Amino acid sequence: MRNAVGREIPDALLTNGREVYQGRNHMDGRYLQKAAPKTRRYEKPQESKVVESIAQALRDCGAKSGMTFSFHHHLRDGDYVVNMVMQTAIEELGLKELTIAATSLGAAHDPIADYIEAGKVVGIQTSGIRGRMGEVVSAGKLKTPAVIRSHGGRPRAIEGGEVHIDIAFIAAPTSDCVGNCRGIGGKSNCGSLGYAMTDAKYADHVVVITDCLVDFPNMPASVEAIDVDAVVVVDSIGNPQKIASAAARISQNPRDLMMAENVAKVIASTPYFKDGFSFQTGVGGPSLAANLFLEQYMDERKIRMGWAIGGICGPMVELLKKGKVGKVIDVQDFDLDGVNSIHQTPGHFEMSASQYANPANKGAFVNKLDFVVLAALEIDTGFNVNVLTGSDGILRGAPGGHPDAAAGSKCCIIVTPLIRGRMATVCEHVVTVTTPGDCVDVLVTDYGIAVNPLRPDLIACLDSAGIPHVTIEELKEKAYSLVGRPDDLEWEDQVVAILEARDGTILDVVRKIKPFTLD
Amino acid sequence: MIPRPRPERFRLRRTMMFMNAQKPGLIKDAYIYGCDSIMLDLEDAVAENQKDAARFSLYHALRSIDYGDTEVVVRINGLDTPHWQEDVRVCVAGGADGIRIAKCESAQDVHTVEHAVEQAEREFGVEPGRTLLMAALESPKGILNAYEICSASERMFGVAISGGDFRKCMQTTPQRDGVDMLFARGQMLLAARAAGIQCFDTVFTDLDDQEGFEAEVRQNKAMGFDGKSLINPKQIRFVHQVFAPTQKEVIQAEKILLAYREQSAAGVGVFTVDGKMIDVAFIPGAERTLRLARACGMYEGDLV
Repeated sequence: MRNAVGREIPDALLTNGREVYQGRNHMDGRYLQKAAPKTRRYEKPQESKVVESIAQALRDCGAKSGMTFSFHHHLRDGDYVVNMVMQTAIEELGLKELTIAATSLGAAHDPIADYIEAGKVVGIQTSGIRGRMGEVVSAGKLKTPAVIRSHGGRPRAIEGGEVHIDIAFIAAPTSDCVGNCRGIGGKSNCGSLGYAMTDAKYADHVVVITDCLVDFPNMPASVEAIDVDAVVVVDSIGNPQKIASAAARISQNPRDLMMAENVAKVIASTPYFKDGFSFQTGVGGPSLAANLFLEQYMDERKIRMGWAIGGICGPMVELLKKGKVGKVIDVQDFDLDGVNSIHQTPGHFEMSASQYANPANKGAFVNKLDFVVLAALEIDTGFNVNVLTGSDGILRGAPGGHPDAAAGSKCCIIVTPLIRGRMATVCEHVVTVTTPGDCVDVLVTDYGIAVNPLRPDLIACLDSAGIPHVTIEELKEKAYSLVGRPDDLEWEDQVVAILEARDGTILDVVRKIKPFTLD
Repeated sequence: MIPRPRPERFRLRRTMMFMNAQKPGLIKDAYIYGCDSIMLDLEDAVAENQKDAARFSLYHALRSIDYGDTEVVVRINGLDTPHWQEDVRVCVAGGADGIRIAKCESAQDVHTVEHAVEQAEREFGVEPGRTLLMAALESPKGILNAYEICSASERMFGVAISGGDFRKCMQTTPQRDGVDMLFARGQMLLAARAAGIQCFDTVFTDLDDQEGFEAEVRQNKAMGFDGKSLINPKQIRFVHQVFAPTQKEVIQAEKILLAYREQSAAGVGVFTVDGKMIDVAFIPGAERTLRLARACGMYEGDLV
């Protein structure tokens, strides 16, 4: 069946009431039956929940083959916990047919590719998938199609029972002996633990893994002891160098700066740019640099940003400390400036992934966003964005909060260079639709700006501010005139990944790529 | 092949951005930053044993990249090198808008290059007189001969001082107040204005010293330069900002031109606008202001 972004979705996937994507806000007003976990009662007071090993915790929680284990990705590329737990479960306990439900997976998790090839891991649910894992899944070696969800789509699926977590593993920079966890105060700090919060509330069992046991009570806790079954103390939960970079620096690349300046110009031309406006930006070169130019416009107009959300790093913390933004609400930290500021700088708060971006709750933060500035691997003439698959059709990215912030915000700006190497970023059809075009408003490239024709109001804003813009077709033609028109990818029938829209409908599928042969 | 329109001898040249002609990544789309002219360098930026490679890259860039309205000027090697004749052939064959003569010291230098350009235009079937010239003054002798250089050819559109070499000759270094080159800049400006061509200031090389850069650009504008050479795209915006006319100047220029049309149609030569005496001598200045205003997105009328 063809969906609203023109993608053909195999009927075989449309079971159990699953629908194809039918446009923005399609599910609005429907009721959701939340799924409650089955949890164990600990009536008898426990002095401590600390157990001697991961293996012991797994046994205590009744781990068996066929279960779903969940993980969060706050330790980013420095994470040791996913590999540690899966190795114990598979190699020590001999478990098989396991499903990993992670908030995201990255290069740190290359060893999991072996378990997929060996058939021990049979299901992957994640936002991001990269490195060797992306390659083996793309090669069709995972027994069931991987399910890719946005950061808001995941808590929706968990709360609605589409994903049932048997055991949630919480990698915690600090924990006390009964499992009150925080992302700060230890030796592998990550700041916010926002992505772990929904897991802890909806999993049958919760195991905290920490490398820094602190005195009870570890307050204010991000994950609470009332939800925790066991605490395991290990030597190290991750590599601090890779968890949070020293400081996200604003790019000095003139191309990034030029695009960032144009992003700020577009923002300043809209009626939403007024005192108290709200903002989210990524940490990519031009997205982050937009902060710099936005600040100049704020000073010029003598206005302040009301609040900012999303992944947080130094430049936003700076604005908070200078009093130029009222509040920062943080689901993840990208650098040490962010990590060291959360709960410390007045106005810097932590939030859960559901609170951040879940489309099925009663109002996530993204729904109140004025502006979001996002990157893209590809964007097509329908303004559909791909941030998941490479130009070779291999899984190597993450929707993250992209589709959520795009859908919720009043003005979603995509900023990307027109070409990368020999690849056209602006193209006729993206390889995979990860954010539908009806949620994307403006595209800023180094060769020009295009506004989605669905937004004549924004076109008028740019015109009256004298900001030149062209059609996205013109940008695509420019890109193709520079690097040539790529041949279409060739696919086999097998679906290797299902790309869920944030509302749970199917936005796209990724198939197994046909091996490329030279003529 | 991308055909380029015949270059205009006098056009807006607030910013000329230098870049190494050997770096395809730089020159492939340098026009996106919005400078008025780009200066593709075959001289100092290119190592002695890479001159051929740079010419190759330059030729193909000129033939295959659509630079649109951005002027494309090439800095060729000095006349004391074995490279410059071949440089000229490549510029003309590729269709560069102009050639910057490095280390120019006399009218004879201009004539020498002009002669080579004429030959190349014949050789490659390029419209005679199409290729423009500008001179870089880099030595005391060049500054002293500024007027003969500026008035040496109909192809000359402008003259620029090259601070690095000039300061070395003068045994000085960049000074905050510009006193190191005050006389040279002044002499060159006088010569350029006397010859009726444009005049450009040298590059500011310390990218970390934004304050110093801004002070120099303001001084350039105050001295009457037409524009400035740049080494980084991030310098463009500020120069355009400083060289833009004020809102007041735009309104005044518009009033002068409107009044002039009206009065001259009625046979009046001298009249007043807002209490100031105006005659035909004010017209070129007013037209220049409006052209600049249009380029800066401040004027959309049809008086110029």
